[in-house]
Amino acid sequence: MDLLKIFNDIEAIDGDAANRLSYYSRRSLLRLGKKTLAVSAPMVMASVLNEAYGQTSSVQDVLNFALTLEYLEDDYYQKGNAAANLIPAADKAIFTQIGKHETAHVALLRGALGAAAVAKPTFKYAANTFTDYQTFLLLAQAFEDTGVRAYKGQAGNLLGQDVLTTALQIHSVEARHASEVRRLRGLRGWISATDEAPAAVYAGEAVTSQAGVDLVALTGKSADRVREAFDEPLDRAAVLAIVQPYL
Amino acid sequence: MKNIQKPRPVESANRRLFLRYAGVATGALVLQSCLDKDFKTTPLPGEVQTVDLGTGDVGILNYAYALEQLEAAFYTQVINTPYSGITDVERTLLTEIRDHEIIHRDFFKAALGTNAIPALEVNFTAINFGDRASVLGTAKTFEDLGVSAYNGAGKLIKDVNYLLLAGKIVSVEARHAAAIRSLLSPKTASFAGDDIVTPANGLDPAQAPSVILPLAQPFVRTIITANNLPK
Repeated sequence: MDLLKIFNDIEAIDGDAANRLSYYSRRSLLRLGKKTLAVSAPMVMASVLNEAYGQTSSVQDVLNFALTLEYLEDDYYQKGNAAANLIPAADKAIFTQIGKHETAHVALLRGALGAAAVAKPTFKYAANTFTDYQTFLLLAQAFEDTGVRAYKGQAGNLLGQDVLTTALQIHSVEARHASEVRRLRGLRGWISATDEAPAAVYAGEAVTSQAGVDLVALTGKSADRVREAFDEPLDRAAVLAIVQPYL
Repeated sequence: MKNIQKPRPVESANRRLFLRYAGVATGALVLQSCLDKDFKTTPLPGEVQTVDLGTGDVGILNYAYALEQLEAAFYTQVINTPYSGITDVERTLLTEIRDHEIIHRDFFKAALGTNAIPALEVNFTAINFGDRASVLGTAKTFEDLGVSAYNGAGKLIKDVNYLLLAGKIVSVEARHAAAIRSLLSPKTASFAGDDIVTPANGLDPAQAPSVILPLAQPFVRTIITANNLPK
């Protein structure tokens, strides 16, 4: 193994690798002494790689995944808010506010990612999306509820990271949006029925046990109330499958 | 009933002060023996109980359990004594929220098992349950506070499963908050208003237990201490 070459390769991508490597080397030297240094060099290398790429790149992936969803939402509401004769005057304030937040989320995530931010994709929508209000509302609901589920699904990947808090702060705003849009459609603000549509957006929401506790049996409340009380996550693949038609 | 249960302010303040001092200097055993000596072991009528949330993830779950107890008690009272002029739509919505909060509360109690804090005694004397504005205004406060509390607690959680559970609940609290805000200001931006979601970055608040608990404490007679929670 050519340590020097690997190190140079790393440094080409990660300018701070030198500092990190020397930090780990010093720590290992103190801990292990000279004799074991030769043996431990690959271990030192491995820990540098873990530190630099294992967690960092996964956080980056999560943020770029989130950014893609925010691009979609931002694009959607920009087009919706700009469309003539789509959103009734009485509901304008609602979608102006939602659109404002999505634009802010895009800016926030782009700022956090810096040069690593993915570029905004070109999105495509069905022909009547911005001419028929009910179609627009249905898709808005799908995007918002998917967004809530997507952030929830990624929270575990951000455990112990500072950015977790930011992700949670976006997540709850998406839930506020979802609640509002759902009620504009005459639905409850919370995900309730087992046959909510589109089916892919609500797959897996019908559970009535949490952490092994059967909550219908425990509380005596109906399965509807129990389902409503807990929102379920969606993993990345399921979310991407939902948004794929728009990419 | 209200008069009998009212704590004597001077005595409970003294006791609180004592507990704070005792807590700094001594372990639990010593504290208990002091209590045995200096105070009656059975609470006096109206005596204010003190509950500590505990440490680590259990402490955070108890923190959530405390807030859910508060919300469940509030909405139970709202439905038991509806404000004047309540509409059918409002009653249905508030009943559903009540049930969600009861489910959250009972879930935490079950999940915590023997680690669960006891039932808290609430103090709703500041709320006029006959008045719509008072009830919905309080509901808005509680829901927004719950969102901020869960958002702020996320980074304090160590176990990824607990983090996910908190995530499953916080979005429902946010759905509640939006719904309550829309009852108060329909067809406006209030459901995610600039007074709660920072316009510049589109973020809900995320506050630490040390910020949340003093805001919740006026509604809870039981004194909640959280000195051992992760920071």
